[in-house]
Amino acid sequence: MSSSIQSILHRYGSDRTRLLDVLWDVQDEFGYIPDDAVRELASGLNTTALDIRETASFYHFFRDRPSGRYTLYLSNTVIAKMKGFDAVSKALQAETGACFGGVDSTGTFGLEQTSCIGLSDQEPAMLVDKVVFTRLTPEKVVDIIARLRQGETPEQIANPGGLPPQALDYVDALVESNIHQAGPVFFDRGTRVREVLERWLGRNPDELILAATESRLRGRGGAGFSVGLKWRLCRESDADTRYVICNADEGEPGTFKDRVLLTRSPLQVFAGMTIAAHATAAREGIVYLRAEYFYLKAYLEAQLQLLRDEGLLGRDILGRGLDFDIRIQMGAGAYICGDESALIESCEGKRGTPRLKPPFPVYQGYLGKPTAVCNVETFATVTRVMELGASWFEGLGTKDSCGTRLLSISGDCARPGIYEIEWGVTLNHVLALVGARNARAVQLSGPSGECLSVEKDGHRKFCYSDLSCNGSMMIFDYSRDLLGVVRDFMQFFVDESCGICTPCRSGNEDLLRKIDLFMAGKARPSDIDDLQSWGRIIQRTSRCGLGGTSPKPILTTLGKFPELFEAADHPAHDTLLPSFDHVQAFSAYDRAHAALDKERS
Amino acid sequence: MIKLVIDGKPVEAEEGANLVEAAGENGVYIPTLCYLKGEPCIGTCRVCSVRVNGNVTAACSVTVDDGMEVDVDEPEVADMRRALVEALFAEGNHNCPSCEKSGRCELQAVGYETGMVVSRFPYRYPPRDRDVGARHLWLERDRCIFCQRCVEHIRDRTSGHKIFSINGRGSRARIEIDVELADQMPPEQVREAMDICPVGCILEKRVGFDVPMGQRKFEVQTHRERATEGTSNE
Repeated sequence: MSSSIQSILHRYGSDRTRLLDVLWDVQDEFGYIPDDAVRELASGLNTTALDIRETASFYHFFRDRPSGRYTLYLSNTVIAKMKGFDAVSKALQAETGACFGGVDSTGTFGLEQTSCIGLSDQEPAMLVDKVVFTRLTPEKVVDIIARLRQGETPEQIANPGGLPPQALDYVDALVESNIHQAGPVFFDRGTRVREVLERWLGRNPDELILAATESRLRGRGGAGFSVGLKWRLCRESDADTRYVICNADEGEPGTFKDRVLLTRSPLQVFAGMTIAAHATAAREGIVYLRAEYFYLKAYLEAQLQLLRDEGLLGRDILGRGLDFDIRIQMGAGAYICGDESALIESCEGKRGTPRLKPPFPVYQGYLGKPTAVCNVETFATVTRVMELGASWFEGLGTKDSCGTRLLSISGDCARPGIYEIEWGVTLNHVLALVGARNARAVQLSGPSGECLSVEKDGHRKFCYSDLSCNGSMMIFDYSRDLLGVVRDFMQFFVDESCGICTPCRSGNEDLLRKIDLFMAGKARPSDIDDLQSWGRIIQRTSRCGLGGTSPKPILTTLGKFPELFEAADHPAHDTLLPSFDHVQAFSAYDRAHAALDKERS
Repeated sequence: MIKLVIDGKPVEAEEGANLVEAAGENGVYIPTLCYLKGEPCIGTCRVCSVRVNGNVTAACSVTVDDGMEVDVDEPEVADMRRALVEALFAEGNHNCPSCEKSGRCELQAVGYETGMVVSRFPYRYPPRDRDVGARHLWLERDRCIFCQRCVEHIRDRTSGHKIFSINGRGSRARIEIDVELADQMPPEQVREAMDICPVGCILEKRVGFDVPMGQRKFEVQTHRERATEGTSNE
């Protein structure tokens, strides 16, 4: 073990801040992260074994025990459950002989579930280690498992043509892009990256900031912060160096636009980062890529190399004196790392715990230096804005919401996939566009967004002041159990809460248990009051946006579909407290006796 | 000095002061659990939530500003603080009458101060393992409220390494102790670790119940009195 650990440490200069990369390499080597390795890492990184575990145990793709030769992660998102998850999960257990959360008796297959892996347009989907399989059926599962047993690798099965992972064709062999409507900003024709960089890198950074400000471009990650202002604050912060980070931790269930942007337009994204670097005087850039997108890594690295070879990245870009390079930082499975300060912590090799603000990252970000963090879509937009001009961009969309928005459409509709819409169109317009005929509800912006009633909200417009969508749009028709959807979303937040603050850690579990009462028909009217008041407490007192939004599936569904919660007015049980199950309560006595008898004999 | 308004009353505070301290110096009590005077804010328990210029914020993370308007006693935000204390009681296993920290436990003291009677949240009775591996102290995890004071503030004096750390995420996370480093802790640091723990999770071995009831920390002087009369709450 020793020599391989030493070479891994050497690869990253024994730098504690690169711990996530180190842990990935250790896991790739041993299949999990063994105690011996942790002890050796601790001494090599001048820290303790428990400190290494503190970081590793935060991320659900890091394993602390053997998990079979192959570990299969089946996506259990609510969309997957609408598209055949049950049959696929049964087939997986039957074929592998493993149960979820465990390994089969021969130690070949580890079986796990995971939240949305960014493939809601082609669910059910799973990861086999770092390779992805989409549109699963029980038959497909039988085939995949049989071939793995026969010694084929996941790569060989998913990519029968043997394409190199650096190639776009390889990515296309694994996943579809499903772009159903391209628009003026993305995908319609390639942005001429070289021309854009040639035009702007020679100019004064103030001009760049001015152009970004005049275009009134707002961050596409969800918060909608002015990009020009973010750059200016970052540039004006007093420091010897600065960083640009691209947030590609697309973890919001239902969204997959960043996956498609990185597949189809990576150069447009990287050029946007380079422009931001010139504007903010940054020397280094990081793309924080979620672990679920590991299959994009080799391809993206090849694209970065392409830029370097053409003199568009690296030292003295285009002879204009700008030094800027980009590296890819892999995540390891934590939704909370979509929060920019949690993402920065993760980049530094720590747990993805959101920082207290202030200070904001534009003042003190990565390694304590001013850092401009923007989303993938934002950087791609930046390049386009710089190509065609601020006034062109400002003319798109509405007066208050400029430009376009990429929507990731999934659920009950004829054509799930990517749609570029101009701000200002209505919900009904989009539903007709995607072929959603019998839609009852729409979950906009993922679980952290809001539940809409098609009947009540169909006329509402996509714009920052009304439906300010982060890109995820899940459609549910009249056959779906909306309360079950709410429960799924709450389970997601319980699983993904980092646990650092009381309201989010504790409160989300309480909300989940309350929803269970409603689903079991054991709720009473006061439980609705509890949902509202507890939800409000969690939203107001939590430390970051996760707790700030986690009660929204309940609160917004309650607002739009109060009838779902009406069962509480007619409790099924004729008792004072319907949630108290006296049969179950008294059975504890018998169970305890049985256990004692067993112990005595 | 700068001027701010707390509960409608104009007060003065030193520029750059922490809101918890500024309020205390003006006789306004803000309950706290993870906060330690003079140490960097860790902002985990949220029990000091107040309204600052209309928005609910953890007071420990706020630096006072000229013209700031703060509401502490306003009923809704006071209820939020009580709810968070209740949540902590429901989340772990807290049996005050049998706990050796009773009377010097900050969670208990803050429970009294916020007016908690019983938790509105269902008690969970979670199974939690205690850790008795270290020579001089042990962890009774039933009582841990995950404030992370020990993680942040207790370090090995030669290497600076953490003695206490976190394992896991979310509600499954728990505090771990580095036995090797813990066994090298000098007696006064063992005592410091026990004192810094706001509840009865970190306990010194062989010295249980050394202060008689009625003479314990918060029985002699309440949490509120300590915060508003300048006595340390640690």
